[in-house]
Amino acid sequence: MNGPILLASDGSSHALRAAEEAIKLAKVLNKEIVVVFVVDFDQSKRDVLHSAGAIDLEQKRRKQLQGTEQKIREAGVSYSVQLLHGMPGPAIVEYANKEAVSYVVLGSRGLNSLQEMVLGSVSHKVAKRVNCPVLIVK
Amino acid sequence: MFTQLKKEWFGNVRGDILSGIVVALALIPEAIAFSIIAGVDPMVGLYASFSMAVVIAFMGGRPAMISAATGAMALVMVTLVKDHGLQYLFAATLLTGVLQLIFGWLKVARLMKFVPRSVMVGFVNALAILIFTAQLPHFAGSSVVMYVFVAATLAIIYILPRFVKAVPSPLVAIVVMTIIAVAGGFDLRTVGDLGNITQSLPSFLIPDVPLNMETLSIIFPTALALSMVGLLESLLTASIVDDMTDTTSDKNREARGQGIANIVTGFFGGMAGCAMIGQSVINVKSGGRGRLSTFVAGAFLLFLIMVLGDVVVKIPMAALVGVMIMVSIGTFDWSSLKAFTKIPITDSVVMLVTVITVVITHDLSKGVFAGILLSAIFFTAKISKVDVSSARKDDTLYYKTAGQIFFASVTDFVNEFDYQPEGIKNVHIDFSEAHIWDDSGVAAVDKIVLKYRNNGIKVILTGLNEASSSMVKRMAVHDKQDAKLSGH
Repeated sequence: MNGPILLASDGSSHALRAAEEAIKLAKVLNKEIVVVFVVDFDQSKRDVLHSAGAIDLEQKRRKQLQGTEQKIREAGVSYSVQLLHGMPGPAIVEYANKEAVSYVVLGSRGLNSLQEMVLGSVSHKVAKRVNCPVLIVK
Repeated sequence: MFTQLKKEWFGNVRGDILSGIVVALALIPEAIAFSIIAGVDPMVGLYASFSMAVVIAFMGGRPAMISAATGAMALVMVTLVKDHGLQYLFAATLLTGVLQLIFGWLKVARLMKFVPRSVMVGFVNALAILIFTAQLPHFAGSSVVMYVFVAATLAIIYILPRFVKAVPSPLVAIVVMTIIAVAGGFDLRTVGDLGNITQSLPSFLIPDVPLNMETLSIIFPTALALSMVGLLESLLTASIVDDMTDTTSDKNREARGQGIANIVTGFFGGMAGCAMIGQSVINVKSGGRGRLSTFVAGAFLLFLIMVLGDVVVKIPMAALVGVMIMVSIGTFDWSSLKAFTKIPITDSVVMLVTVITVVITHDLSKGVFAGILLSAIFFTAKISKVDVSSARKDDTLYYKTAGQIFFASVTDFVNEFDYQPEGIKNVHIDFSEAHIWDDSGVAAVDKIVLKYRNNGIKVILTGLNEASSSMVKRMAVHDKQDAKLSGH
């Protein structure tokens, strides 16, 4: 588990605060950040419908990460962005374990509070099933 | 080639079999309900769903996409079925397949980029509205029990997934409501009152229609509309599955596959079908990734038809109405309501015109045409703004032009110039930021030059880009001797 620090982001204000903590960690540990953005299955239909082709689609999603990316860039930490598809919880867990990341940093809650009520929170699921230390930011 | 085939079929066996079974279960209520919308026996939709899925598993271009009898297609065929009957529907289904095959060979997929997203949003919204309104006649003259059953069906559909995720909740709702209806002895209309179910395998048949021009003139308009609606929804669904699975697909192969699947379906007594967004999303969510999932969905559906034939006739219509209301809610793009304030007004107008055209004509293809036409006009209007600025130096007037010079912009363009300027002997017109697109554009340039010339002013054209200048050289008359405007 010597990989980068995984920062899960959905562009929400919680994710932005998580980014600040991820930056602190990255600086102390001298590691890179990989920003993971999960496109939920149900979101695919809406996104495809509202975008003109694959390039437009990618750009619109990257736009949601603008704030997060700007924060990391300004802090002078090197980073990469990874778009995943699927259910946010399992997708983050699978990626984190496969890439052997050193930390997972994520907000305590995301954009979709209704879904959270029904399905339980993403942060809880990730914390239970990821193999590395997890930092949940309030 | 072989390894690719193996991966597409057997790369995800466990996930594909499980998801295929889930989809087959989820398909039953929809296939029956779409048959009823089309005005045919439930078997026609069920056979279609079986043969569409199985054939597409082999011939399609997008693994894990589910094709079956759909609401969009059912709505297009209503009038044909009502006026001419089932045999003509089979013939139209065959012709739909042939047309789609031709479109596929002509590589129709690349034309998808000309369908603006606001038209696609209008398409799904109109589809949702039509599926919903098609349910309203079932309420006419019905008792309170009907409303209670529909409400209970919807409650099961939306609440159950919080606790049980393995079985599709619409199917559970259908089963529960059927049991309650039969056990309670409620006087409700059932599927059996509207059509027959036969527990037999689909068999090969040749549509019983006279082979002449009259038949062709009856089925062709419907078949053309069906083929376009089918391809539109199939290619949209393929893009959605592409995105969900983060893979690419062969859209032209999918178009040809839809054609072959409809031809086979027509010969086996099914109604024309296409890919389904909702079922494909269910398939991918349930773990389906390969062709095997689509095949299992079709094959298991046939098995269920054989086993469940007797039960299907007892399903109360109220339960199916509930399922269709769920389908219509799921089909409608709710985010487009929020988007009204954010997107350009022209996009909203195109979307609304598409929806309204469909709701009035009951034909999705007409709505798409209206939408494409309108957005083309909006686009033309938007780029037809030309900018002309002028500066004077001694006895020379310098014009700088910018924009697209073509049939829609020439009138404004010509009027931007002052043809009787005081004390001017020369006019320079700079075209370096303009582009002349057609003979109207060339004619406009001619007109300007000749007008100045008539007033004794010399004109010099500069900065024409290559395409524009070759067009001017080929078609313009102002540089030919004795030039007069009558040349155009």
